Amino acid sequence: MLRRTFLVGGLTVSGGFLLGLPVRSALAGNDTASKGGEIGFFVEVKPDNTVIIGVAQPEIGQGVRTSMPMLVAEELDVEWSNVTVRQMPLGIVKTADGYTWKYGSQGAGGSTAVTDNWDFLREVGATARQMLVAVAASRWEVEPGACHTEPGEVVCNRLGTRVRYSDLAQDAAKLPVPSEKPPFKAAADYHIIGKPAGVVDIRDIVTGKARFGIDTEVPGMHYAVIQRSPYLDGAVKSFDDSEARKVPGVVDVFKIDGPGPGEPYLILASGVAVVATSTWAALQGRKVLEIDWDKGPHQNESTESFWRQAKELLSGQGQVVRDDGDLDAALAQASKVVTARYEIPFVNHAPMEPQNCFVHVEEGKATVIAPTQSPSGANRAVASVTGLPRENIEVQMTRVGGGFGRRLTNDYVAEAAMISQKIGAPVKLQWSREDDVRHDFYRPSGLHELKAGLDDAGKVTAWTQRLASAGKYYRRPNVAQEDQYKPELYIDDFPAQVIGNLRTEWFEVQSGMPRGSWRAPAHTANAFVVQSFLDEIAHASGQDPLQLRLDLYGQSRDLPYGQHGGPTYNPWRLSRLLKHVADRVDYTAERPQGRAVGIASHFTFGGYAAHAVEVEVSGVGELNIKKIVAAVDCGIAVNPLGVEAQLEGGTIDGLSTALNLEITVENGRVVQSNFHNYRIARMSQIPAALETHILPYGDKPTGMGEMGLPSIAPALTNAIYNACGVRIRKLPLRDQLKKALA
Amino acid sequence: MIEFHVNNEPVSFSGDEDTPLLWILRDHLRLTGTKFGCGIGSCGACMVHIDGRASKACTSKASSVAGKRITTIEGLASPRGELHPVQQAWIDEDVPQCGYCQGGQIMAAVDLLNSNPEPSDEDIASKMRNICRCGTYVRIRKAIHRASTTMRKGT
Repeated sequence: MLRRTFLVGGLTVSGGFLLGLPVRSALAGNDTASKGGEIGFFVEVKPDNTVIIGVAQPEIGQGVRTSMPMLVAEELDVEWSNVTVRQMPLGIVKTADGYTWKYGSQGAGGSTAVTDNWDFLREVGATARQMLVAVAASRWEVEPGACHTEPGEVVCNRLGTRVRYSDLAQDAAKLPVPSEKPPFKAAADYHIIGKPAGVVDIRDIVTGKARFGIDTEVPGMHYAVIQRSPYLDGAVKSFDDSEARKVPGVVDVFKIDGPGPGEPYLILASGVAVVATSTWAALQGRKVLEIDWDKGPHQNESTESFWRQAKELLSGQGQVVRDDGDLDAALAQASKVVTARYEIPFVNHAPMEPQNCFVHVEEGKATVIAPTQSPSGANRAVASVTGLPRENIEVQMTRVGGGFGRRLTNDYVAEAAMISQKIGAPVKLQWSREDDVRHDFYRPSGLHELKAGLDDAGKVTAWTQRLASAGKYYRRPNVAQEDQYKPELYIDDFPAQVIGNLRTEWFEVQSGMPRGSWRAPAHTANAFVVQSFLDEIAHASGQDPLQLRLDLYGQSRDLPYGQHGGPTYNPWRLSRLLKHVADRVDYTAERPQGRAVGIASHFTFGGYAAHAVEVEVSGVGELNIKKIVAAVDCGIAVNPLGVEAQLEGGTIDGLSTALNLEITVENGRVVQSNFHNYRIARMSQIPAALETHILPYGDKPTGMGEMGLPSIAPALTNAIYNACGVRIRKLPLRDQLKKALA
Repeated sequence: MIEFHVNNEPVSFSGDEDTPLLWILRDHLRLTGTKFGCGIGSCGACMVHIDGRASKACTSKASSVAGKRITTIEGLASPRGELHPVQQAWIDEDVPQCGYCQGGQIMAAVDLLNSNPEPSDEDIASKMRNICRCGTYVRIRKAIHRASTTMRKGT
C-alpha cells in the first residue's frame, strides 16, 4: 500500500491549522489510482474553534457542499453548526510522470461523489482528529489511548482535563501525517452522518448573495456573445458586421471557427462573436449581424427522417451486444409472444443558468472561473485553445445553476478562451436561452423494439431488446466503432441474468445532432421501455404487474454488473421498494372508472428506486396526476434531507420530461428555442401529493443525483394504461391522450 | 437619464432606454441576485418587485421603470439583516437545490402572499409560474404555506 503525503499540515495566515491530506495514490480494493492519482483535502481549524472544510466537487444542486463536509466533520468530531465550507479550485499539479490531481478526482457526474468519497473523506476527518489527539496526549504526557474526543475538544478522563482543537491546531499542523489509517467511528456513534442537514449555503441563496458563474465580475472584463450556426455543422460563409459595430458599447466582432463535420467537439459550432462593454450591448450587436451560412452536410435532416432511418434499420440485422441462451429457439417454443416499439426523443438539458464562462488568457497563463461539472475538462479545453501548459491554467469553480450532464462538456469554456485570446483581455461569455436550447449535447434519441416469449404458465422465457439510436459517443475521440453502443445499452441491466434466453442488439442511426450525457443517461430510456414492456407482458398474459416484477426480481442475491454502478446489483432490493410504494399508494384498492395506479422500478448507478403513480384520466383524455410515491434505497443516507431533495427533484425532472419535452429538427436546424416551446414543467403540473421514502440498506451509501429519475415515466404511463387503456409508447406524452380518446 | 429607486437607493441610468432592467441591475448596479434565465419573460428567474408588484426584469425596459421603486432579492430582508418570513420559510423547508431560480421564486411568493395571505394549493399552483429546473416545487409549496402561517400570526 502506498500512502504518500501530497501536502502536509501547515499554518494558515489566519493562524488556523491547515491539514493537507492525503495521501493515497493507491489503496487496496480502491481504484482511485486508476482515476489519476492522489487525493487531497483541507481541514482548517480557526482560532475560534470553528472549522473550514474544503469541498473539491462542483456544487450543481446535488448537495455536495453539504454532504461532503459532513463526512469529514463526523470523523473529525466537531459540531456541524461550527463548520463552514470552502470551494476548492482545480488541483492540477505537474509531476515527472505527467499531471496529477492534488484534491483527487474533481467532477460531478455519474452520482459518484458520496460513493467515491465515503471512505476517503471520513479518513481525512479521522486523521485530523488523530493528529489533534496526539498533540494533546503529548502535552499531558499520557498515551493517546487515554484521550478521546468530544465535539471540538480532546478530553482525558484520567486527568480530568480537556482542551479545544483550536488550542492544539498550531502544533498539530507541524506533525507529519500519520502513516497508519485511523479507526473509524461506529455507525451508532454518528451525530452528523444520517441526520438531516440543510443546504449549507441557504442563507446566501435566499438573500441573493450566492455567486454563480454568471455573477463573475472582474475589473476590465469584457462581455461577449456568439451567434452560432443554426445549421448542424454549418459554417460562416461571410458576415457583415457594419451595423453591429455601430451599437454603442460593441468593441469587436470576429469569426469563431467550429469543428469540421465529424470532428471532435472542442466547441459546438462555427459562428461570429460580438464583444462589448455590457451583456446588453453584446446582445444588441449580435441581433444586427448579417451572416451568410453554409448550411452544411445535415441540411436535409429532420425528426421525420430520423425515425424513418431508425425503422429501416430495425428491419435488418444490428450489432449483437449480448446473446444469452438460445433466443430464437425460446421464441419459437413460446406459447405467447409479446412485442412493442417505443420512441425516445432528443431532449435538451436546459439548466436554469445559461452557459457562461469567464476566461482571462495572459502571457504564459490563464484564469478560468466557470460553472462546470468538470473542472479538469475546463482546464483541458483552455489548453487546447491556447497551447498553454495545463499547470498554468487556473480553474476556479463557482456554484453551478444546474448541471444535468450539460456541463460535463466545456465547449463554452473553450469559446471564452478563444475570445479572450483574440482580444487580449478578460472576458465573460454569455449564452442566451436560445443559444442553450439550440446548441446542446442532447440526450440521444432512439427507437426500441422489445419482444418477449412466455410459456403456458406466463413465465417469461425469452427477451430481446433492439435499439436503433444516435449514441452519445458520437465524435468522441478514441472510441472504437464496436464500443459505440456502450452508453446506450447497459448490457447487464435487468432482465439480463434473470431471463436465460436474451439478446440485445444495437443499430447506429446517422445524425448530425450533438449528443451527450443527460441525467441518468441511457437509464431514462431503458427504464421507460423495460418497465412499460413488463406491464404490457402482464396485461397480455393476465398477470398482475407487481407480482410479475416480484417473481422476476426474485430472492435477494448479488448479480454481476459490469457497467457503472457495479460490480454487483441485487434486483430483490427493487422488490422491497416496489412493495413499499405499492402499499403507500394502496395498490390493491378498488378505484372508480378512469382512476388507476401504475408502478415501476429501476437500478441506476448503484442505487435503487421505485415509483407508484395514481392518475385520473377523463373521458376526453384530460390527465390528472393525483399522487406520486417515490422510494429509494441508496444504502445509508448521509444527509436524509438531501436524499429526499434529490428524489423529489429527480421525480419531477423525469415527470416534466415525460410529459412535455422533445427537441425536434427540421432542415438541419433545431426547432425549439426557449421555454415557450420547450416547456419545462411548472408547479401546476406537479401534484402536491408527492411522497418520498428512504429505505436504508447495509452500511455504505451510494450516490443520489440520478436514481430518482428513471422509473417515474413508466410508472406514469403504466398508470395511464390502467386508467384508460391507452398505452403510451412514444415520449413525450403531450396531447396523445386527448387524441387517442377523442 | 432615467431615474428610479432600487432597494430604497436612488439610481440613475444614462444608457440605451431599451435596456432591460435585468441587465441594469446585473451589469451596472452589480445586483446579481436577479438572474437571467430566458430573456422572454417566461421563467421568472429575474423576478423583482416594481412598485411592490412582482415583475419580470428581463422584459421591463429602462424607460418603463422611470420614477418607480424597485426591490430586488438583495433588498427583501430588513436593512438590519432580518429575513422576510418568506426567506425564513425557504430556509426552514430547505427549499433550494442549485438555488439559481430561488430569488425569483421568493419574490413571486412574497407578491402572492401580499395579495392572498392564505393561498390554497390551487392558488399557489396557478400564481407560482416560475420555472425550477431542479424540481423544488414540493418544498416551494410547503414554504409558502409556512410563510403564510407566520405572516398571519404577525411574528
